[in-house]
Amino acid sequence: MIEAVGLTKHYGRTVAVDNLSFTVKPGRVTGFLGPNGAGKSTTMRMILGLDRPTAGQVLIDGTPYRDLRRPLTTVGALLDAKWVHPNRSARAHLRWLAKSNRLPERRVAEVLDQVGLTKVAGRRAGGFSLGMAQRLGIAAALLGDPKVLLFDEPVNGLDPEGILWIRQFMQGLAAEGRTVLVSSHLLSEMALTAQDLVVIGRGRLIAQSSTAEFVERATENTVRVRSPQLDRLRVLIEQRGHAVREDDGALVVAEATSEQIGEIAGAAGVVLHELSPQRGSLEQAFMQLTGDSVEYRTELGNGLNEIVAGTDQRLVSAGR
Amino acid sequence: MTLLAVERIKLFSTRSPWLCVLLALGLTVGFAGLLSLNAPADYLTVSATQAGYQFGLMVMMVMAALAITTEYRFGTIRATFQAVPNRTAALLAKTVLVTVLAGLIGEIAAFGSWGVATVLQPDVDLALHTEQQWRNVAGVGLVFAFGAVASVGVGLLIRHSAGALSVLLLFPMLVEELVQLIPRVGNDIHDWMPFVNAERFLTGNPADGSAVSDGMSAMPAPPLSPWGSMAYFAAATIAVLVAGLVVANRRDA
Repeated sequence: MIEAVGLTKHYGRTVAVDNLSFTVKPGRVTGFLGPNGAGKSTTMRMILGLDRPTAGQVLIDGTPYRDLRRPLTTVGALLDAKWVHPNRSARAHLRWLAKSNRLPERRVAEVLDQVGLTKVAGRRAGGFSLGMAQRLGIAAALLGDPKVLLFDEPVNGLDPEGILWIRQFMQGLAAEGRTVLVSSHLLSEMALTAQDLVVIGRGRLIAQSSTAEFVERATENTVRVRSPQLDRLRVLIEQRGHAVREDDGALVVAEATSEQIGEIAGAAGVVLHELSPQRGSLEQAFMQLTGDSVEYRTELGNGLNEIVAGTDQRLVSAGR
Repeated sequence: MTLLAVERIKLFSTRSPWLCVLLALGLTVGFAGLLSLNAPADYLTVSATQAGYQFGLMVMMVMAALAITTEYRFGTIRATFQAVPNRTAALLAKTVLVTVLAGLIGEIAAFGSWGVATVLQPDVDLALHTEQQWRNVAGVGLVFAFGAVASVGVGLLIRHSAGALSVLLLFPMLVEELVQLIPRVGNDIHDWMPFVNAERFLTGNPADGSAVSDGMSAMPAPPLSPWGSMAYFAAATIAVLVAGLVVANRRDA
């Protein structure tokens, strides 16, 4: 369990993180979502006691990180896979980490095995590919068998195989009852990995909810329908109270399911050439919520619903 | 003890400390060897066998500074502070390790230099008779050790290898000597420069700390006795280290 309360970080006159409060629950993968520069990495560094908050605090199971004894047994983190001395072997890197928290030497071999680096453990870490470096970072995070795990953009720059591996790995860790917080700037990636989301933009909290709920609220369901009897169909649909819009020889029906439209058409004997449910683009929705846009700055205080409501039209047109 | 073991693994799992140790010993002892072969017999004294200690000192200071600046360079300092949130403890462990290592290498270099000279010029009396001669040889380790303390401090303050090394190499070699050129106060300031005091500790006359004349003109007596000079040098290096620790605790890693 991670609890951030009123977390704030200023760099000179720049506000990187602004009064951020959220909780991360055990047993689930929580996505920490925001565009580049939103303050995700700064927040993670503050969770680990590396950066000193200007105000507020973070507690890990009720304790600030700096007060943890043998912290690697409580929190494991991969913030940057490059934080390894390039001329030190992977094994030596893990050995000093294990020693620092009085972990038994066998843990080094165990975590190397767990991430599949046993064969290259004696090689200098500077020669590792990004994927291997990432695995070494994960091995380091797992060293103390911690209950809380933090990963900062773990899939950045990885090939599809690496992405899949990390995704399944994180879900496996959460299934064991651990608290997993993973940051990303890609909503589509988080939609596949995380059950919960903490969304920030410009250092402020935009939303904390389950992923399904967030996607539901951020995007709108529409149905696209094409028919040779388009005008007749339009009248029928409008009679049922659905908003309809014409789009390039087709109709786009808001707030409807394909079942509803299919049944309307079937009852009236209207021929359909296309009937496809549409979802607003996740990326577009995410941009509207977190981007450096006028709506964002003026409407932030009004909460998520109004931001989403204000972007309906754009979402519909973004629907494929 | 745990933290010392951690720093030991870190230091010796890369190559540069080994190279620095070899280089420090090679330069110092090698210089003493060359000197004993080429110097006229009446010039060769115990003090002269130690003339090359500054080469070894510079190399060990480079090693000590790199031990901390490379952590900042490669981001491993964050891994260190993540594993050991008590930054002062982690950094003191590192300081103790490089200090002990530098002191050890200093002793080996000093007695190695003296030994080489004794072997190459068996006819010259190089035996250690006086307290001052002992101090001149055995004291080198102490100077190396506190040189390493200063290096860790400077490394913590500057964090970049190039910057830290520039300061550590230019300060004793140039700044401390050039202050003498300042009119009127220059010589007084020079008297209170740390490495000047380290030199006086090694070569000073036991009575008043003035340099033992190797046939050179007598200098005015310095303000501190040899051991006073050493205490001053040690205090100055510890002050730099404390400044470095304070800053490291306050700054974001």
